[in-house]
Amino acid sequence: MPRPTFAMYWAASCGGCEISLLNVGELILDVDAAFDVVFWPCVADFKYQDVEGYPDGYIDLCLFNGAIRNSENEELAHLLRRKSKTLVAFGSCACEGCAPGLANLTTNAATIRTVYTDSLTTDESRTQAPRPVTQVPEGEIRIPVLYETVRTLDQVVPVDYIIPGCPPEARQIAAVLRAVLTGMPLPPPGGTIIGAGNVALCEECPLAKNVKQITRFYRPYEIVPEPGICLLEQGLVCMGPATRSGCGALCPQVGMRCEGCYGPLDGQDQGARMLAAVASVVAAGGAHLDEHAQAEEIAAVMDTLVDPAGTFYRFSLAHSLLRRARVADNSA
Amino acid sequence: MENEFQPIIVGFLCNWCSYRAADLAGTARIRYAPTMRPIRVMCTARVEPEFVLKALREGADGVLIAGCHPGECHYVEGNIKALRRFILLKAMLRQFGVEDERVQLVWAAASEGKQLAEAVDRMTEQLRALGPLRWRQRVLGEQPVARHAREVEVGGD
Ligand code: SF4
Ligand code: SF4
Ligand code: SF4
Repeated sequence: MPRPTFAMYWAASCGGCEISLLNVGELILDVDAAFDVVFWPCVADFKYQDVEGYPDGYIDLCLFNGAIRNSENEELAHLLRRKSKTLVAFGSCACEGCAPGLANLTTNAATIRTVYTDSLTTDESRTQAPRPVTQVPEGEIRIPVLYETVRTLDQVVPVDYIIPGCPPEARQIAAVLRAVLTGMPLPPPGGTIIGAGNVALCEECPLAKNVKQITRFYRPYEIVPEPGICLLEQGLVCMGPATRSGCGALCPQVGMRCEGCYGPLDGQDQGARMLAAVASVVAAGGAHLDEHAQAEEIAAVMDTLVDPAGTFYRFSLAHSLLRRARVADNSA
Repeated sequence: MENEFQPIIVGFLCNWCSYRAADLAGTARIRYAPTMRPIRVMCTARVEPEFVLKALREGADGVLIAGCHPGECHYVEGNIKALRRFILLKAMLRQFGVEDERVQLVWAAASEGKQLAEAVDRMTEQLRALGPLRWRQRVLGEQPVARHAREVEVGGD
Protein backbone atom coordinates (compact mmCIF):
# COMPACT_ATOMS: atom_id res chain seq x y z
CA MET A 1 0.00 0.00 0.00
CA PRO A 2 1.43 3.42 -0.85
CA ARG A 3 2.19 5.72 2.07
CA PRO A 4 -0.05 8.70 2.66
CA THR A 5 1.29 11.93 1.17
CA PHE A 6 2.32 15.08 3.00
CA ALA A 7 2.85 18.69 1.90
CA MET A 8 3.74 21.90 3.65
CA TYR A 9 3.68 25.30 2.02
CA TRP A 10 4.51 28.87 3.03
CA ALA A 11 2.63 31.81 1.63
CA ALA A 12 3.20 35.25 3.26
CA SER A 13 5.09 33.97 6.28
CA CYS A 14 8.35 34.15 8.17
CA GLY A 15 9.42 30.52 8.18
CA GLY A 16 8.84 30.14 11.92
CA CYS A 17 5.98 27.74 11.35
CA GLU A 18 8.28 25.31 9.55
CA ILE A 19 10.74 25.49 12.45
CA SER A 20 7.94 24.85 14.90
CA LEU A 21 7.06 21.67 13.04
CA LEU A 22 10.65 20.50 13.33
CA ASN A 23 10.44 21.35 17.03
CA VAL A 24 8.26 18.31 17.63
CA GLY A 25 11.57 16.50 18.08
CA GLU A 26 11.98 12.89 17.14
CA LEU A 27 8.30 12.63 16.29
CA ILE A 28 9.31 14.20 12.99
CA LEU A 29 11.04 10.90 12.16
CA ASP A 30 7.72 9.12 12.56
CA VAL A 31 6.13 11.67 10.26
CA ASP A 32 8.89 11.06 7.76
CA ALA A 33 8.46 7.31 8.07
CA ALA A 34 4.69 7.39 7.80
CA PHE A 35 4.30 9.95 5.03
CA ASP A 36 5.63 10.45 1.59
CA VAL A 37 6.66 14.10 1.31
CA VAL A 38 5.41 15.35 -2.05
CA PHE A 39 5.81 19.13 -1.66
CA TRP A 40 7.69 21.18 0.92
CA PRO A 41 9.63 24.10 -0.58
CA CYS A 42 11.38 24.86 2.71
CA VAL A 43 13.16 21.51 2.93
CA ALA A 44 13.00 19.82 -0.46
CA ASP A 45 13.18 20.92 -4.07
CA PHE A 46 9.75 20.47 -5.57
CA LYS A 47 8.37 22.71 -8.29
CA TYR A 48 4.87 24.07 -8.62
CA GLN A 49 4.60 22.06 -11.83
CA ASP A 50 5.10 18.88 -9.81
CA VAL A 51 2.04 19.75 -7.75
CA GLU A 52 0.05 20.67 -10.84
CA GLY A 53 0.84 17.22 -12.18
CA TYR A 54 -0.61 15.41 -9.18
CA PRO A 55 -4.19 14.15 -9.46
CA ASP A 56 -6.79 16.10 -7.48
CA GLY A 57 -6.93 15.05 -3.84
CA TYR A 58 -3.49 13.41 -4.15
CA ILE A 59 -2.06 15.08 -1.02
CA ASP A 60 -3.48 13.49 2.12
CA LEU A 61 -2.29 16.15 4.57
CA CYS A 62 -1.28 19.67 3.62
CA LEU A 63 -0.10 22.14 6.24
CA PHE A 64 -0.45 25.63 4.81
CA ASN A 65 1.18 28.49 6.66
CA GLY A 66 1.28 32.12 5.73
CA ALA A 67 -1.29 34.73 4.79
CA ILE A 68 -2.61 35.52 1.34
CA ARG A 69 -0.68 38.65 0.45
CA ASN A 70 -0.12 38.40 -3.29
CA SER A 71 -1.29 36.63 -6.44
CA GLU A 72 1.18 33.76 -6.01
CA ASN A 73 -0.10 33.05 -2.50
CA GLU A 74 -3.64 32.95 -3.82
CA GLU A 75 -2.80 30.70 -6.75
CA LEU A 76 -1.06 28.22 -4.47
CA ALA A 77 -3.97 28.30 -2.03
CA HIS A 78 -6.34 27.25 -4.82
CA LEU A 79 -3.91 24.70 -6.21
CA LEU A 80 -3.21 23.08 -2.86
CA ARG A 81 -6.89 23.07 -1.95
CA ARG A 82 -7.61 21.17 -5.12
CA LYS A 83 -4.78 18.71 -4.63
CA SER A 84 -5.31 18.10 -0.90
CA LYS A 85 -7.72 15.84 0.94
CA THR A 86 -7.08 17.62 4.24
CA LEU A 87 -5.99 21.25 4.14
CA VAL A 88 -4.83 22.75 7.43
CA ALA A 89 -4.43 26.48 8.08
CA PHE A 90 -1.25 26.21 10.09
CA GLY A 91 -0.18 29.09 12.31
CA SER A 92 -1.45 32.58 12.94
CA CYS A 93 -0.60 33.96 9.47
CA ALA A 94 -2.81 31.42 7.71
CA CYS A 95 -5.52 31.51 10.42
CA GLU A 96 -5.76 35.19 11.32
CA GLY A 97 -3.40 37.16 9.08
CA CYS A 98 -0.85 37.74 11.85
CA ALA A 99 1.92 40.29 11.23
CA PRO A 100 1.44 40.37 7.42
CA GLY A 101 -2.21 41.28 8.11
CA LEU A 102 -1.17 44.48 9.85
CA ALA A 103 -0.56 45.85 6.36
CA ASN A 104 -4.35 46.20 6.30
CA LEU A 105 -3.96 49.29 8.47
CA THR A 106 -2.48 51.14 5.50
CA THR A 107 -2.08 51.03 1.71
CA ASN A 108 0.39 49.16 -0.45
CA ALA A 109 1.68 52.46 -1.78
CA ALA A 110 2.51 53.55 1.77
CA THR A 111 4.11 50.21 2.61
CA ILE A 112 6.23 50.25 -0.52
CA ARG A 113 7.23 53.85 0.10
CA THR A 114 8.38 52.99 3.61
CA VAL A 115 10.33 49.96 2.53
CA TYR A 116 11.90 51.17 -0.71
CA THR A 117 12.08 54.95 -0.40
CA ASP A 118 11.94 56.23 3.16
CA SER A 119 13.98 53.60 4.95
CA LEU A 120 17.64 54.30 5.52
CA THR A 121 19.89 52.13 3.42
CA THR A 122 23.59 51.66 2.86
CA ASP A 123 22.96 50.87 -0.79
CA GLU A 124 21.55 53.95 -2.49
CA SER A 125 21.15 52.12 -5.78
CA ARG A 126 18.45 49.87 -4.38
CA THR A 127 15.49 52.17 -4.64
CA GLN A 128 13.58 50.32 -7.32
CA ALA A 129 10.16 49.39 -5.98
CA PRO A 130 8.80 46.03 -7.13
CA ARG A 131 7.00 46.10 -10.46
CA PRO A 132 4.80 43.22 -11.57
CA VAL A 133 6.28 43.28 -15.07
CA THR A 134 9.82 44.32 -16.00
CA GLN A 135 11.42 44.34 -19.44
CA VAL A 136 14.95 43.04 -19.62
CA PRO A 137 17.02 42.31 -22.75
CA GLU A 138 16.16 38.63 -22.41
CA GLY A 139 12.45 39.30 -22.32
CA GLU A 140 9.78 39.96 -19.73
CA ILE A 141 10.11 39.21 -16.02
CA ARG A 142 6.93 38.87 -14.01
CA ILE A 143 6.65 38.81 -10.23
CA PRO A 144 3.51 38.26 -8.15
CA VAL A 145 1.12 41.19 -7.73
CA LEU A 146 0.80 42.55 -4.20
CA TYR A 147 -2.80 42.80 -2.98
CA GLU A 148 -4.19 45.82 -1.12
CA THR A 149 -5.90 43.62 1.42
CA VAL A 150 -4.19 40.72 3.16
CA ARG A 151 -6.49 37.74 3.62
CA THR A 152 -6.43 34.58 5.65
CA LEU A 153 -6.43 31.15 4.04
CA ASP A 154 -10.07 30.48 4.91
CA GLN A 155 -11.10 33.76 3.28
CA VAL A 156 -9.77 32.38 0.01
CA VAL A 157 -10.50 28.63 0.04
CA PRO A 158 -12.39 26.28 2.38
CA VAL A 159 -10.14 24.96 5.12
CA ASP A 160 -10.58 21.68 7.00
CA TYR A 161 -8.63 22.42 10.18
CA ILE A 162 -7.10 25.43 11.84
CA ILE A 163 -4.06 25.17 14.10
CA PRO A 164 -3.48 28.59 15.66
CA GLY A 165 -0.35 30.10 17.18
CA CYS A 166 2.63 32.16 16.05
CA PRO A 167 3.99 29.64 15.67
CA PRO A 168 1.86 26.77 16.99
CA GLU A 169 3.38 25.20 20.09
CA ALA A 170 5.38 22.04 19.39
CA ARG A 171 3.45 20.19 22.09
CA GLN A 172 0.16 21.02 20.36
CA ILE A 173 1.46 20.10 16.92
CA ALA A 174 2.79 16.84 18.32
CA ALA A 175 -0.61 15.99 19.77
CA VAL A 176 -2.30 16.56 16.41
CA LEU A 177 0.38 14.62 14.50
CA ARG A 178 0.18 11.75 16.94
CA ALA A 179 -3.57 11.60 16.44
CA VAL A 180 -3.12 11.58 12.66
CA LEU A 181 -0.36 8.97 12.79
CA THR A 182 -2.25 6.59 15.05
CA GLY A 183 -5.45 7.01 13.07
CA MET A 184 -7.29 8.51 16.01
CA PRO A 185 -10.43 10.29 14.90
CA LEU A 186 -10.11 14.06 14.56
CA PRO A 187 -13.12 16.29 15.14
CA PRO A 188 -15.26 16.76 12.02
CA PRO A 189 -13.52 19.05 9.52
CA GLY A 190 -14.83 22.39 8.31
CA GLY A 191 -12.72 25.20 9.70
CA THR A 192 -12.39 23.31 12.97
CA ILE A 193 -9.80 24.56 15.44
CA ILE A 194 -7.48 21.86 16.74
CA GLY A 195 -4.29 21.96 18.76
CA ALA A 196 -5.49 24.70 21.11
CA GLY A 197 -7.72 25.24 24.13
CA ASN A 198 -11.17 26.73 24.18
CA VAL A 199 -11.05 29.05 27.17
CA ALA A 200 -9.30 32.40 27.53
CA LEU A 201 -5.56 32.30 28.14
CA CYS A 202 -6.05 33.91 31.57
CA GLU A 203 -7.58 30.66 32.73
CA GLU A 204 -4.36 28.76 32.18
CA CYS A 205 -2.18 31.59 33.41
CA PRO A 206 -0.90 30.98 36.95
CA LEU A 207 -0.30 34.66 37.78
CA ALA A 208 -2.34 36.04 40.68
CA LYS A 209 -5.27 38.23 39.75
CA ASN A 210 -6.51 40.79 42.27
CA VAL A 211 -8.78 42.90 40.02
CA LYS A 212 -6.55 45.87 40.62
CA GLN A 213 -7.21 49.07 38.73
CA ILE A 214 -4.50 50.94 36.92
CA THR A 215 -3.84 54.61 36.17
CA ARG A 216 -1.49 54.26 33.21
CA PHE A 217 -0.26 51.71 30.69
CA TYR A 218 3.36 50.76 30.18
CA ARG A 219 5.20 49.51 27.13
CA PRO A 220 7.24 46.40 27.87
CA TYR A 221 10.58 48.25 28.02
CA GLU A 222 9.30 50.79 30.54
CA ILE A 223 8.73 48.47 33.45
CA VAL A 224 10.08 45.36 35.09
CA PRO A 225 6.92 43.59 36.17
CA GLU A 226 6.60 42.17 39.64
CA PRO A 227 6.74 38.41 39.39
CA GLY A 228 3.69 36.33 40.16
CA ILE A 229 1.15 39.10 39.59
CA CYS A 230 -1.13 39.54 36.58
CA LEU A 231 0.59 41.78 34.03
CA LEU A 232 -2.56 43.52 32.90
CA GLU A 233 -3.09 44.66 36.48
CA GLN A 234 0.43 46.10 36.38
CA GLY A 235 -0.39 48.22 33.34
CA LEU A 236 1.01 45.97 30.62
CA VAL A 237 -1.47 45.32 27.83
CA CYS A 238 -1.52 41.55 28.27
CA MET A 239 -3.87 40.02 25.70
CA GLY A 240 -4.74 37.05 27.91
CA PRO A 241 -8.42 37.95 28.36
CA ALA A 242 -9.03 38.01 24.58
CA THR A 243 -6.77 35.15 23.51
CA ARG A 244 -7.41 31.45 23.10
CA SER A 245 -5.57 29.20 25.50
CA GLY A 246 -3.32 26.42 24.34
CA CYS A 247 0.24 27.62 24.70
CA GLY A 248 0.27 27.19 28.48
CA ALA A 249 0.55 30.96 29.04
CA LEU A 250 4.21 30.86 28.07
CA CYS A 251 4.78 34.59 27.81
CA PRO A 252 3.15 35.96 30.99
CA GLN A 253 4.94 33.34 33.06
CA VAL A 254 8.26 34.88 32.12
CA GLY A 255 7.07 38.45 32.59
CA MET A 256 6.26 39.13 28.96
CA ARG A 257 2.73 40.20 28.16
CA CYS A 258 0.75 37.86 25.93
CA GLU A 259 0.52 39.50 22.55
CA GLY A 260 -2.37 37.34 21.42
CA CYS A 261 -0.80 34.89 18.98
CA TYR A 262 -3.32 32.10 19.56
CA GLY A 263 -6.03 34.37 18.24
CA PRO A 264 -9.55 34.98 19.50
CA LEU A 265 -11.94 32.48 21.04
CA ASP A 266 -14.74 31.11 18.85
CA GLY A 267 -17.03 33.79 17.54
CA GLN A 268 -15.14 36.62 19.20
CA ASP A 269 -13.35 39.62 17.80
CA GLN A 270 -10.01 39.73 19.53
CA GLY A 271 -9.47 43.47 19.32
CA ALA A 272 -12.94 44.40 20.49
CA ARG A 273 -12.74 41.94 23.40
CA MET A 274 -9.36 43.26 24.41
CA LEU A 275 -10.62 46.81 24.23
CA ALA A 276 -13.40 45.95 26.67
CA ALA A 277 -10.99 44.11 28.98
CA VAL A 278 -8.57 47.02 29.00
CA ALA A 279 -11.33 49.54 29.66
CA SER A 280 -12.40 47.62 32.71
CA VAL A 281 -9.02 47.86 34.45
CA VAL A 282 -8.75 51.63 34.01
CA ALA A 283 -9.22 53.27 37.38
CA ALA A 284 -9.92 56.80 36.22
CA GLY A 285 -13.34 58.38 36.26
CA GLY A 286 -14.02 58.70 39.99
CA ALA A 287 -17.62 59.48 40.91
CA HIS A 288 -16.56 62.64 42.77
CA LEU A 289 -15.63 64.31 39.47
CA ASP A 290 -18.04 66.07 37.14
CA GLU A 291 -18.84 64.49 33.76
CA HIS A 292 -16.27 66.46 31.86
CA ALA A 293 -13.42 65.93 34.32
CA GLN A 294 -14.19 62.23 34.44
CA ALA A 295 -13.95 61.93 30.67
CA GLU A 296 -10.68 63.86 30.65
CA GLU A 297 -9.16 61.69 33.31
CA ILE A 298 -10.10 58.53 31.43
CA ALA A 299 -8.76 59.97 28.17
CA ALA A 300 -5.43 60.74 29.87
CA VAL A 301 -5.04 57.09 30.91
CA MET A 302 -6.06 55.83 27.47
CA ASP A 303 -3.48 58.14 25.88
CA THR A 304 -0.74 56.08 27.52
CA LEU A 305 -1.84 53.11 25.41
CA VAL A 306 0.14 53.56 22.21
CA ASP A 307 -1.32 52.14 19.01
CA PRO A 308 -4.49 50.39 20.22
CA ALA A 309 -5.38 48.94 16.80
CA GLY A 310 -1.91 47.50 16.22
CA THR A 311 -1.79 46.12 19.76
CA PHE A 312 -5.24 44.59 20.02
CA TYR A 313 -5.15 43.18 16.50
CA ARG A 314 -1.46 42.33 16.28
CA PHE A 315 -2.31 38.84 15.08
CA SER A 316 -5.93 38.92 14.01
CA LEU A 317 -6.56 42.05 11.96
CA ALA A 318 -7.14 40.28 8.63
CA HIS A 319 -9.81 38.09 10.24
CA SER A 320 -11.37 40.77 12.43
CA LEU A 321 -14.77 42.43 12.16
CA LEU A 322 -13.53 45.50 10.28
CA ARG A 323 -10.71 43.58 8.63
CA ARG A 324 -8.92 46.57 7.19
CA ALA A 325 -8.66 50.32 7.61
CA ARG A 326 -10.42 52.78 5.42
CA VAL A 327 -7.76 54.64 3.48
CA ALA A 328 -8.98 57.39 1.15
CA ASP A 329 -11.17 55.30 -1.11
CA ASN A 330 -10.19 51.69 -0.76
CA SER A 331 -10.05 49.83 -4.00
CA ALA A 332 -10.38 46.61 -1.95
CA MET B 1 -35.01 66.92 -0.50
CA GLU B 2 -35.89 63.45 -1.66
CA ASN B 3 -32.42 62.70 -2.91
CA GLU B 4 -30.68 63.87 0.24
CA PHE B 5 -28.53 61.19 1.83
CA GLN B 6 -30.34 59.67 4.78
CA PRO B 7 -27.71 58.21 7.07
CA ILE B 8 -28.43 55.08 9.03
CA ILE B 9 -27.71 55.47 12.72
CA VAL B 10 -27.84 52.41 14.93
CA GLY B 11 -28.89 53.67 18.35
CA PHE B 12 -28.13 51.64 21.45
CA LEU B 13 -30.45 53.09 24.06
CA CYS B 14 -30.36 52.35 27.76
CA ASN B 15 -33.61 50.85 28.98
CA TRP B 16 -33.79 53.08 32.07
CA CYS B 17 -33.28 56.52 30.58
CA SER B 18 -32.53 57.08 26.91
CA TYR B 19 -35.02 54.52 25.62
CA ARG B 20 -37.65 56.29 27.69
CA ALA B 21 -36.37 59.60 26.39
CA ALA B 22 -36.96 58.31 22.86
CA ASP B 23 -40.42 57.17 23.92
CA LEU B 24 -41.14 60.56 25.36
CA ALA B 25 -39.93 62.25 22.20
CA GLY B 26 -42.48 60.13 20.36
CA THR B 27 -45.45 60.73 22.63
CA ALA B 28 -44.61 64.44 22.82
CA ARG B 29 -44.56 64.47 19.01
CA ILE B 30 -41.14 66.04 18.80
CA ARG B 31 -40.05 66.08 15.19
CA TYR B 32 -36.58 64.75 14.51
CA ALA B 33 -34.67 62.98 11.77
CA PRO B 34 -35.98 59.45 11.12
CA THR B 35 -32.44 58.14 10.81
CA MET B 36 -32.03 56.20 14.03
CA ARG B 37 -32.73 52.48 14.36
CA PRO B 38 -33.17 52.13 18.11
CA ILE B 39 -32.00 49.01 19.92
CA ARG B 40 -32.92 48.72 23.58
CA VAL B 41 -30.17 47.54 25.91
CA MET B 42 -30.39 47.19 29.68
CA CYS B 43 -27.41 49.49 30.21
CA THR B 44 -24.83 51.25 28.04
CA ALA B 45 -22.30 48.89 29.64
CA ARG B 46 -24.02 46.11 27.70
CA VAL B 47 -22.84 47.67 24.45
CA GLU B 48 -19.82 45.52 23.65
CA PRO B 49 -17.32 47.21 21.34
CA GLU B 50 -18.10 44.28 19.02
CA PHE B 51 -21.68 45.57 18.60
CA VAL B 52 -20.38 48.90 17.35
CA LEU B 53 -17.90 47.37 14.91
CA LYS B 54 -20.54 45.00 13.62
CA ALA B 55 -23.02 47.81 13.06
CA LEU B 56 -20.44 49.80 11.09
CA ARG B 57 -19.46 46.80 9.02
CA GLU B 58 -23.03 45.79 8.32
CA GLY B 59 -24.07 49.11 6.84
CA ALA B 60 -24.57 51.70 9.57
CA ASP B 61 -23.18 55.14 8.82
CA GLY B 62 -22.93 55.89 12.52
CA VAL B 63 -23.61 54.49 15.97
CA LEU B 64 -25.20 56.41 18.80
CA ILE B 65 -24.90 55.09 22.33
CA ALA B 66 -27.20 56.84 24.77
CA GLY B 67 -27.37 56.32 28.50
CA CYS B 68 -28.07 57.86 31.87
CA HIS B 69 -26.04 60.81 33.12
CA PRO B 70 -23.04 59.89 35.28
CA GLY B 71 -24.21 59.28 38.83
CA GLU B 72 -27.65 58.18 37.66
CA CYS B 73 -26.90 54.72 36.31
CA HIS B 74 -29.31 52.01 37.40
CA TYR B 75 -26.30 49.75 37.90
CA VAL B 76 -24.26 52.43 39.68
CA GLU B 77 -21.49 52.89 37.14
CA GLY B 78 -22.32 51.00 33.99
CA ASN B 79 -22.30 54.27 32.10
CA ILE B 80 -18.78 55.06 33.31
CA LYS B 81 -17.69 51.67 32.09
CA ALA B 82 -19.26 52.56 28.74
CA LEU B 83 -17.44 55.90 28.80
CA ARG B 84 -14.08 54.17 29.36
CA ARG B 85 -14.67 51.82 26.45
CA PHE B 86 -15.97 54.58 24.26
CA ILE B 87 -12.90 56.79 24.69
CA LEU B 88 -10.58 53.93 23.78
CA LEU B 89 -12.85 52.74 20.97
CA LYS B 90 -12.74 56.15 19.36
CA ALA B 91 -8.95 56.21 19.50
CA MET B 92 -8.88 52.82 17.83
CA LEU B 93 -11.49 53.65 15.21
CA ARG B 94 -9.47 56.69 14.22
CA GLN B 95 -6.68 54.30 13.23
CA PHE B 96 -9.19 52.46 11.06
CA GLY B 97 -10.09 55.72 9.34
CA VAL B 98 -13.51 56.03 10.98
CA GLU B 99 -14.24 59.67 11.84
CA ASP B 100 -15.03 60.62 15.45
CA GLU B 101 -18.53 61.84 14.55
CA ARG B 102 -19.58 58.37 13.42
CA VAL B 103 -19.62 56.92 16.91
CA GLN B 104 -21.11 59.07 19.64
CA LEU B 105 -21.96 58.68 23.29
CA VAL B 106 -24.60 60.96 24.77
CA TRP B 107 -26.35 61.15 28.10
CA ALA B 108 -30.13 61.56 28.03
CA ALA B 109 -32.31 61.09 31.10
CA ALA B 110 -35.84 59.69 30.81
CA SER B 111 -37.25 63.22 30.84
CA GLU B 112 -34.90 64.48 28.13
CA GLY B 113 -36.80 63.52 24.99
CA LYS B 114 -35.93 66.82 23.42
CA GLN B 115 -32.19 66.43 24.12
CA LEU B 116 -32.16 62.98 22.59
CA ALA B 117 -34.04 64.18 19.52
CA GLU B 118 -31.55 67.02 19.16
CA ALA B 119 -28.65 64.60 19.45
CA VAL B 120 -30.08 62.51 16.61
CA ASP B 121 -30.65 65.60 14.47
CA ARG B 122 -27.16 66.87 15.15
CA MET B 123 -25.57 63.52 14.37
CA THR B 124 -27.65 63.16 11.20
CA GLU B 125 -26.30 66.48 9.95
CA GLN B 126 -22.74 65.51 10.79
CA LEU B 127 -23.07 62.19 9.00
CA ARG B 128 -24.61 63.90 5.98
CA ALA B 129 -21.53 66.09 5.81
CA LEU B 130 -19.27 63.02 6.03
CA GLY B 131 -21.23 60.95 3.54
CA PRO B 132 -22.01 57.26 3.65
CA LEU B 133 -19.63 54.79 5.28
CA ARG B 134 -20.50 51.55 3.41
CA TRP B 135 -17.78 49.47 4.95
CA ARG B 136 -18.42 46.22 3.10
CA GLN B 137 -18.70 47.87 -0.23
CA ARG B 138 -16.11 50.60 -0.08
CA VAL B 139 -13.57 49.23 2.34
CA LEU B 140 -13.81 45.48 1.88
CA GLY B 141 -14.74 45.69 -1.78
CA GLU B 142 -17.70 43.36 -1.36
CA GLN B 143 -20.91 43.53 -3.35
CA PRO B 144 -23.17 46.45 -2.48
CA VAL B 145 -25.91 45.72 0.00
CA ALA B 146 -29.07 47.49 -1.13
CA ARG B 147 -30.45 49.73 1.56
CA HIS B 148 -33.33 50.97 -0.54
CA ALA B 149 -34.31 49.38 -3.83
CA ARG B 150 -34.07 52.77 -5.49
CA GLU B 151 -30.53 53.34 -4.35
CA VAL B 152 -29.16 50.49 -6.38
CA GLU B 153 -30.90 51.69 -9.52
CA VAL B 154 -29.51 55.18 -9.22
CA GLY B 155 -26.10 53.79 -8.33
CA GLY B 156 -25.81 54.74 -4.67
CA ASP B 157 -23.49 57.61 -3.89
S1 SF4 C 1 2.39 32.31 12.19
FE1 SF4 C 1 4.18 33.29 13.09
S2 SF4 C 1 5.76 31.75 12.95
FE2 SF4 C 1 4.16 31.15 11.53
S3 SF4 C 1 4.73 32.06 9.57
FE3 SF4 C 1 3.39 33.51 10.61
S4 SF4 C 1 4.77 34.93 11.65
FE4 SF4 C 1 5.94 33.09 11.16
S1 SF4 D 1 -4.06 39.22 31.73
FE1 SF4 D 1 -2.17 38.14 31.20
S2 SF4 D 1 -0.99 38.06 33.08
FE2 SF4 D 1 -3.10 38.56 33.64
S3 SF4 D 1 -4.04 36.59 34.08
FE3 SF4 D 1 -4.46 37.03 31.93
S4 SF4 D 1 -2.80 36.04 30.83
FE4 SF4 D 1 -2.16 36.16 32.97
S1 SF4 E 1 1.20 33.81 25.87
FE1 SF4 E 1 0.09 34.73 24.17
S2 SF4 E 1 1.65 35.53 22.77
FE2 SF4 E 1 2.64 34.08 24.20
S3 SF4 E 1 2.59 32.12 23.11
FE3 SF4 E 1 0.78 32.20 24.40
S4 SF4 E 1 -0.85 33.03 23.08
FE4 SF4 E 1 1.11 33.45 22.10
